[in-house]
Amino acid sequence: MSKPKVAIFKFSSCSGCQLVFLNCEEELLDIAEVVDIAYFVEGKRDNKPGPYDIGFVEGAISCPEEVSRIKEIREQCQTLVAIGSCAIHGGLQALKNWKSLEWVKREVYPQPELVSTLEWAQGIDDYVPVDAYLPGCPIDKGQLLEFIKSVLLGRTPNLRRHSVCMECKMKENVYVLVAGDVPCMGPVTVAGCGALCPSYGRGCYGCFGPMDDPNPEFLARIFEKKGLSNEDIVRQFRKITPNAEAFRRGAGIYE
Amino acid sequence: MSERQIKVDYIARVEGEGALDIRISDGEILDLKLKIWEPPRFFQSFLVGRRFDEVPDMTARICGICPVSYMMTSIEAIEDAFGITVSQQTRDLRRLLALSQWIQSHTLHVYMLAAPDFLGYESVIAMVSDYPEVVKRALRMKKLGNDLTRVIGGREINPVNPVVKGFSRVSAKSELWGFIDRLKEGKEDALETVRLVSSLPIPDFNRKAEHLAVSHESEYGVNYGKLVSTGGLNISVKDYRKYIKERQVPHSNTLHSYIEGRDSFLVGPLARVNVNFDQLSPDAQKAVRESGISFPNFNPFVSIVARAIELVHSMDECLEIIERLDPKDEDVRFEVKAGEGWAATEAPRGLLYHSYKINSEGIIEKADIVAPTSHNLYSMENDLWQFVPTVLDLPLEEATLKCEMIVRNYDPCISCSCHFLKLNIRRE
Repeated sequence: MSKPKVAIFKFSSCSGCQLVFLNCEEELLDIAEVVDIAYFVEGKRDNKPGPYDIGFVEGAISCPEEVSRIKEIREQCQTLVAIGSCAIHGGLQALKNWKSLEWVKREVYPQPELVSTLEWAQGIDDYVPVDAYLPGCPIDKGQLLEFIKSVLLGRTPNLRRHSVCMECKMKENVYVLVAGDVPCMGPVTVAGCGALCPSYGRGCYGCFGPMDDPNPEFLARIFEKKGLSNEDIVRQFRKITPNAEAFRRGAGIYE
Repeated sequence: MSERQIKVDYIARVEGEGALDIRISDGEILDLKLKIWEPPRFFQSFLVGRRFDEVPDMTARICGICPVSYMMTSIEAIEDAFGITVSQQTRDLRRLLALSQWIQSHTLHVYMLAAPDFLGYESVIAMVSDYPEVVKRALRMKKLGNDLTRVIGGREINPVNPVVKGFSRVSAKSELWGFIDRLKEGKEDALETVRLVSSLPIPDFNRKAEHLAVSHESEYGVNYGKLVSTGGLNISVKDYRKYIKERQVPHSNTLHSYIEGRDSFLVGPLARVNVNFDQLSPDAQKAVRESGISFPNFNPFVSIVARAIELVHSMDECLEIIERLDPKDEDVRFEVKAGEGWAATEAPRGLLYHSYKINSEGIIEKADIVAPTSHNLYSMENDLWQFVPTVLDLPLEEATLKCEMIVRNYDPCISCSCHFLKLNIRRE
């Protein structure tokens, strides 16, 4: 079997998810032996043109130039993978979606008319079909390696779609929401981080985005019973992945 | 009339996206623009209306390479607004966390982003067959930095543990002691790194720019201190906006920083070593003497050497702190009150400034953030104005590479600065 030709693209983002590739310190040289990293601007100078077997996309679509670029990339990639909260849901730059764009621009730039940006920041599947999603902010190294292995072996990747709570139970963490009255987004957030925040005694803040089939309305009502103000409930759901459909529902009933 | 064009669409091996546009006619630069078209993400605007304790988790997302610095600077500015003083233990753990990120980020830049240029490879992966031990050393050091960040911060990218006044969970001595042998090995690796980079063919180029860094009376400036420059600036962080201004230029989504009444300035490892040389660890200073490179040094290509020196210093200091610390749980309660706060820290790429205005409910009313690369962009353009005429006789491809190297000297993080670099040098 010839090596799959891999490309890594960046859109509106912090570069953290593509850095996870370089953070595979123990596995990087092995990965480079089994796949051909053909396009990775952050990591190499000699970037080859498509088509590619797998395209990993980091970042949200937030400006007009990105719309045409993601469509071209879709044409070039047999399998297109959205990596991270920005590519999947639009990330936290989608927080601008709830503010006046003119105000947002003026707050940062003295000459807002020079800045080209879309009214909304969105995930890439609002513009092109996506074949696979690797959640996270940033993505989890273990899940990335599992995904690459599964592609090489021609099997379905074993990615968790259940909530963070399952990981919390497996770690035998104290339930921060019940025992500490700490607001926790774990019940509606997809697993993959290893229940990181609750393991440090703080509430999950939903950075991996929603799990499959969550019940955000119920969790929002629990937050209300715990005494959170409407504004605090909205901020819980509208933080790192505010544009995710389920989190919009959670925030929507208290707005 | 000789009209020439050098064109690179995407500057590789930098974080984020941009372009350089240079037009040359008869040996003169007609126009030179470092174009940053990384899409703006508007952090300063959407932080308004958030609660203070959400801010560190959000600003960490400005940069995937130096999230620790963003969290830390946010936290310190909020503490300043609330009038909170932190314990020596918290200061030590924060310093350890910041230095662990320097180790990760400097190793990434020296070996994976910069060294391939000097050694004639397109990437670090391409170097593996000829330099297997060098690449393995890089990966070992990078992993050491990341592992230490994870133990103290909870996660290497976007840590979860640092909070206002301290940490959600204080690291145990046993967790930290596991790093002692690895840091000793890391120290040897860092010294090897200084030997490697000082043997590289470093272009001879000098620009007497003003270099600016956080400087502290009793330690190598990292998380706390005043803002001190080689041009005589010596100000408190609170006065930052009085002296350091920004202007918007049409070709860039990143604002240009300059010192009022003066010019562009340079921040980062070279500025730090120039400003704070005497506070480097004795072995880091010894490594400098053995390298044959003198400081203060105003050759931006020497930045790679400064980074390697800071690797030695970071290993030394991390060892010193870990051997001394016996972390205990602390009371992290405090009173939320209205106020305004300022903080500046040294991110791996240089000076990072944050300030916040907070109301009595703990809600952010105003946020002001200036990233290291925002500080450096104007300086990069000024380097290029002086450097380009010296490479006009070189073959096109070589001249282009050299111009890219000028940009890469700064290890620019365009995601931070605005958040892209594309190089177009046109000779007309």
